[in-house]
Amino acid sequence: MTFITWTRRGLIAGAAALLALPAFAPSADAQTPPGVLIVGQIAEPKSLDPAAVTAVNDFRILVNLYEGLTQYKSGTLEVEPALAESWTINDDGTEYTFKLREGVTFHDGTPFNAEAVKFNFDRMLDENHPYHDTGPFPLAFFFGSVETTEVVDPYTVKFTLSAPYAPFLSNLAYPTGLMVSPEAVKAGGKDFGRSPVGTGPFKFVEWKSNERVVVDKYEDYWGDPAGLQAVVFRPITDPNTRVAEMLAGGIDMMVEVPPTSMSEFEDDAYKVVEKAGPHVWFLILNAKEGPFADKKVRQAANYAINKQAIVNDVLEGTATVAAGPTPPAFAWAYNDSLEPYPYDPEKAKALLKEAGAEGAKLTFFVTEGGSGMLDPIPMGTAIQADLEAAGFDVEIQTYEWNTFLGEVNPGLEGKADMAEMAWMTNDPDTLPYLALRTEAWPDKGGFNSGYYSNPEVDKLLDAARTETDQAKRAELYQQMQSIVHDDAPWVFVANWKQNAVTTDRVEGFELQPSFLLELKDVTKN
Amino acid sequence: MGSYILKRLLSAIPVILGITVIVFLIMSLIPGDPATAILGSYATPENVAKINKDLGLDKPMVARYFIWLGNMLTGDFGRSFSLNRPVIDEVLERFNATLILAGTSFVLCAILGILAGTISAARQYGFADKAITFTVLIGISVPSFFLGMMMILVFAVDLRWLPVSGMYAIYGGGDLPDLIRHLIMPATALAAVATGVVARLSRAAMLEVLRQDYIRTARAKGVPERRVIMGHALRAAMVSIIPVLGLQAGFVLSGAVYIEIVFQWPGIGRMLVDAILQRDILLVQGGVVFVAACYVLFNIAVDVAQSLLDPRIKT
Repeated sequence: MTFITWTRRGLIAGAAALLALPAFAPSADAQTPPGVLIVGQIAEPKSLDPAAVTAVNDFRILVNLYEGLTQYKSGTLEVEPALAESWTINDDGTEYTFKLREGVTFHDGTPFNAEAVKFNFDRMLDENHPYHDTGPFPLAFFFGSVETTEVVDPYTVKFTLSAPYAPFLSNLAYPTGLMVSPEAVKAGGKDFGRSPVGTGPFKFVEWKSNERVVVDKYEDYWGDPAGLQAVVFRPITDPNTRVAEMLAGGIDMMVEVPPTSMSEFEDDAYKVVEKAGPHVWFLILNAKEGPFADKKVRQAANYAINKQAIVNDVLEGTATVAAGPTPPAFAWAYNDSLEPYPYDPEKAKALLKEAGAEGAKLTFFVTEGGSGMLDPIPMGTAIQADLEAAGFDVEIQTYEWNTFLGEVNPGLEGKADMAEMAWMTNDPDTLPYLALRTEAWPDKGGFNSGYYSNPEVDKLLDAARTETDQAKRAELYQQMQSIVHDDAPWVFVANWKQNAVTTDRVEGFELQPSFLLELKDVTKN
Repeated sequence: MGSYILKRLLSAIPVILGITVIVFLIMSLIPGDPATAILGSYATPENVAKINKDLGLDKPMVARYFIWLGNMLTGDFGRSFSLNRPVIDEVLERFNATLILAGTSFVLCAILGILAGTISAARQYGFADKAITFTVLIGISVPSFFLGMMMILVFAVDLRWLPVSGMYAIYGGGDLPDLIRHLIMPATALAAVATGVVARLSRAAMLEVLRQDYIRTARAKGVPERRVIMGHALRAAMVSIIPVLGLQAGFVLSGAVYIEIVFQWPGIGRMLVDAILQRDILLVQGGVVFVAACYVLFNIAVDVAQSLLDPRIKT
């Protein structure tokens, strides 16, 4: 039987080939090289032009390549000098004059000076600027109050604002305010975002689509040099694959570990870091019509939902229970006296009865995913179950993220009674100003999709925005938080803790409350 | 033959035009727009309108279609806003990666599938047949992404023989052995189902042919069994196997999406999924048209191959 002999031989050849497979494998000691940090990112960056991007994933690379006039003090969300050495603010808070650090060069060798600062802001804000077409610049409205940027002398620059705007300094520390090299923008045009040039501790080397972004230590950095020779950012979109890469030694650091995978890293070979950030996950309640027009019913919803169980069981401890509209990460503006609404279904039932809203039918918009939304479907169903146990009748409608935003941002009126939402911001002003004021109702271009309105809150928020004294500002925000906590326009659910895992070879790494990934002081042996 | 090929190529033009219309309409009509995707929670109507204007989306739909089509005919597929680079660069680069993956899987499934089917048919109801049928059934039943994840756990995390993901090593790679090491798991996982299908259909096709009179004649006049199977029967069976292979080529191309996600392969399937979620209209449109055109051309090639093998199929 020739045929059989032939297959036997084939089988043997096949088996031999299989045995030869490990020959391709790296020797067991082949690890990632010392001094080179390989970071597992959650997605491919969109662009490395700080003015053009909106995602935290991109910011994590950007803050290592670029610097802004100000930066967040390590471990806080308070502002300190960076490329600006000092600044003065005029009495009515409309003129900011910055003294710039001298002797700073961009990675392309060109000097950083007042002209460069003016170029950066004009490019973003002036539609007639010759390089405005290197956008779009989606977050340019962060600096929407800037009327002019003037060069006073080579190292002094003055911003004139159309109205007092206290968050200006912290917006300058946000990645949208990072300084790019004007000459590199002129040379690169629309492609600048793929060959970025900044002043940061690392300089750009290469970007291979969907494989890696490589940055090297910048030898001429003005401050203490970086502790690493190079950093490689790898996009690994599937969280399970990211975990597998970490376990197999293919990466040294991963961000956004899925809650269910945390137990894989209990071993001494890994270090887990966590940090609460300026994030709040909440439910928008439709205060204009339906059952939630009554404050008692809104409070009932806050009592009815077991937030501790959601945080522990659904999110596996990767978040804490939220007490109010402002995340505790804004330590200076946070009202410590606020306690989260306790889980008290009996109280919820009593409030419902008082309001005569027992068995109220609710339509609940749930998203499938989205930035900062954590695990929205399991969270939504847990919330539905809690509300039903307290006597509501809840119907969930699920949407894909972009569709969801298209439904929720124009307002819930006529469509739903409640919707999931989450925000990550850089200043305690941003979220309440955009989403809780009467002037921020959707028809006026804001994000107050639940039509909450309280003149007292409006007044406090307006005052806080123009107050340049931080202590006084903090007091205004704290008052606002107490009122909003009691009015309950939202159900305050969770504050996310960002997490990351590194191998034990990585030293000096800390997560920042800003959610930015600063790697300058990290070393790896 | 030349005129047949020309005729088939001409008939592909309306198909591809139709695809451009369909993909354009779908991208225009699905809810959510690129500006909302870019702005996320910051998508106020005012901000959305400004971004849409910057992206040229404020023009009427019909005008946008013809601008896009016109540009494409001159080779300009536009610029992806989510990746900030020309669509065609991205599509070609990503398609190349998918071709390497899907091409390898296709070759694997064709060779292994036909081989397994032929052996099965030659030894109908024998041990080899039963063993192959059993294996094939498992191959067809296990979802490829699950198989992929299991392979990662065993061969990459536990045994550390092969890299978990990617196409090239981050350091010191970039050559052919490096590519092969990265290719083994995804290509095998992707080929599993297709191999099963090809094996089953090859077996059926071979059994059909083996019952024919001329096979009996060949055996009767003492042609060695190996030549009967490989020379006489398989050649005839190929006529019905090749169209199946054509279908499987489409299957591995589309199945590559899952595998590309699990193994972080920088292919076009993953690119399209990301682009759809980002509402990156030009990238989705350009990518779909490009892939569809390749698929149409591939099918024409299959038809031509078939008519070459079997002159009875009229050109």
